[in-house]
Amino acid sequence: MNNPIVSIQHVSKNYGKHQVLNDISLEIYEGEIFGLLGPSGAGKTTLVKQLAGLEEPAQGENYIFSEKMPRLDLIKRIGYMAQSDALYTDLTAKENLEFFAALYGLSGKEKKQRMNEVMELVSLTDHLHKMVSDYSGGMKRRLSLAISLLHSPGLLILDEPTVGIDPVLRRSIWESFKRLKEKGTTILVTTHVMDEAGKCDRLGMIRDGQLIAAGTPKELMQQSGAANIEDAFLAYGGA
Amino acid sequence: MRIMALVIRILRQIVRDKRTMALLILAPILVMTMLHLVFNGDEYTPKMGLVDLPEKIEAQLNLEHAKLEYYETEKLAENDLSGKKLDAYLMFDQTPPSVVLEGSDPNVNGAVMRWVQGALKPLQPNGGNQEIKADYLFGSGDMGQFDYFGPVLLGFFVFFFVFLIAGVSFLRERTTGTLERLLTSPLRKWEIVTGYIIGFGIFTMIQAAIIAWYTIYVLGMMMEGAFGYVLLITVLLSLTALTLGILLSSFANNELQMIQFIPIIVVPQIFFSGLFNLETISEWLSWVGPFTPLYYAAEALRNVMVRGFGWEMIYKDLLILLAFSLLFMILNIAALRRYRKI
Repeated sequence: MNNPIVSIQHVSKNYGKHQVLNDISLEIYEGEIFGLLGPSGAGKTTLVKQLAGLEEPAQGENYIFSEKMPRLDLIKRIGYMAQSDALYTDLTAKENLEFFAALYGLSGKEKKQRMNEVMELVSLTDHLHKMVSDYSGGMKRRLSLAISLLHSPGLLILDEPTVGIDPVLRRSIWESFKRLKEKGTTILVTTHVMDEAGKCDRLGMIRDGQLIAAGTPKELMQQSGAANIEDAFLAYGGA
Repeated sequence: MRIMALVIRILRQIVRDKRTMALLILAPILVMTMLHLVFNGDEYTPKMGLVDLPEKIEAQLNLEHAKLEYYETEKLAENDLSGKKLDAYLMFDQTPPSVVLEGSDPNVNGAVMRWVQGALKPLQPNGGNQEIKADYLFGSGDMGQFDYFGPVLLGFFVFFFVFLIAGVSFLRERTTGTLERLLTSPLRKWEIVTGYIIGFGIFTMIQAAIIAWYTIYVLGMMMEGAFGYVLLITVLLSLTALTLGILLSSFANNELQMIQFIPIIVVPQIFFSGLFNLETISEWLSWVGPFTPLYYAAEALRNVMVRGFGWEMIYKDLLILLAFSLLFMILNIAALRRYRKI
């Protein structure tokens, strides 16, 4: 908990008159699972897209691995999973993996090994040769996660990774996050599910484009005198 | 390496989608076959040259309904004929007079021959029907409508289908979020565009070869030049279709909107590609032709297939097609900046 992997400094963004992000400053440290908590429309996805290199802030800067984003060589070290499953449904899972692996320059033995590892991590090894169009929603979500892990990124950015996934699977996905964390991967995850937020090492609460609070779940509950994360969120939101 | 990954993925997707693949190859074949069966006539004012015409004969001739030029020698007339300033010229060095036609457009050939029959009628005693000797610079008297239309249609169908398929597949890449996903990988914007072009290019080459082979060798379309040139022209044309399709897909939000480009972008090209005689098109519209890729491809195809010309007569058209593709490619890369600045 010493090096900031992600450093967001006074970032604002507006689409026309609509202020999506308003002066956000935040640091995420090596090896932690950081949760970005907030209702839909709060600006989570916009912030996360900036960190993935897809968008740029109107004011302020984003630093990843101490370098200013966006940069192509930084993008290589980031794993990103968007809110919607970006998969080629007319190909098999294996073909999807092969394609993305090649984009990140993996080949030969290494590629094969990584493909097996990530598929095992999301328990999809038995469905490797299936067409993605035959996958269920949860399976697609897990395949997307597997793809974002292929190139062993140091920073994993996951936008609503467990939406539409049943509780059993959700638990297994969180367990895989913990295993990744143990290997030193920093994980940034957005969520609007309060009980999921409790599993993060630290939380950032975001509402109407503003960061209303940040800290460990315990700190946040103590400071606001709330019994759970949801009450804490409401307390910080001024309700 | 990264481009190759993209190429392999695109080819896999095409091969998997059997129906689209069949559409790309069988639909043009089907339409060409139908046209072949259907076409086999609008009055046109021929441009006639009259070589060394004795005055006393001229007084007898019926020279209305044609644009006339007078020549001293056959050589001068021949020059203008190959320069397409003339449709045909008449020679009066023997009786009956003989006619030499440019010959590549059967419509024009027909009009010329009808006019010649009419013009020379007063010369023929007792209204007898003497056979007039006709020579063709290109083509021949037995060239059908289809032989003239064929090269344009060949180009058109290749253009049409490649435009549609490439546009829709790039659109899908955008709407399903995979484009965004590609842009969060180290793939560069030009690599995406190049990957698409090579991937579809390989398939298009196969498509163009099959369709050209079928129309020429099965349907028996006139083919005076080299097959290799036909292939080269169609491949370059499909490259423009491909890059234009991908470009326009950024202005469409769904497949239906992509289809809406067909009557706006694709169909008008056919009017200016020489399928209809450009001189019969209103002047205020005829300037459109040089802005359409199909105009150049059709001209080049006709030069090879009907007139049997080679490289020196088609290379300019090919360069223009290539320039169109390059322009569209650059615009494509610029359009991708909307999704990622670097």
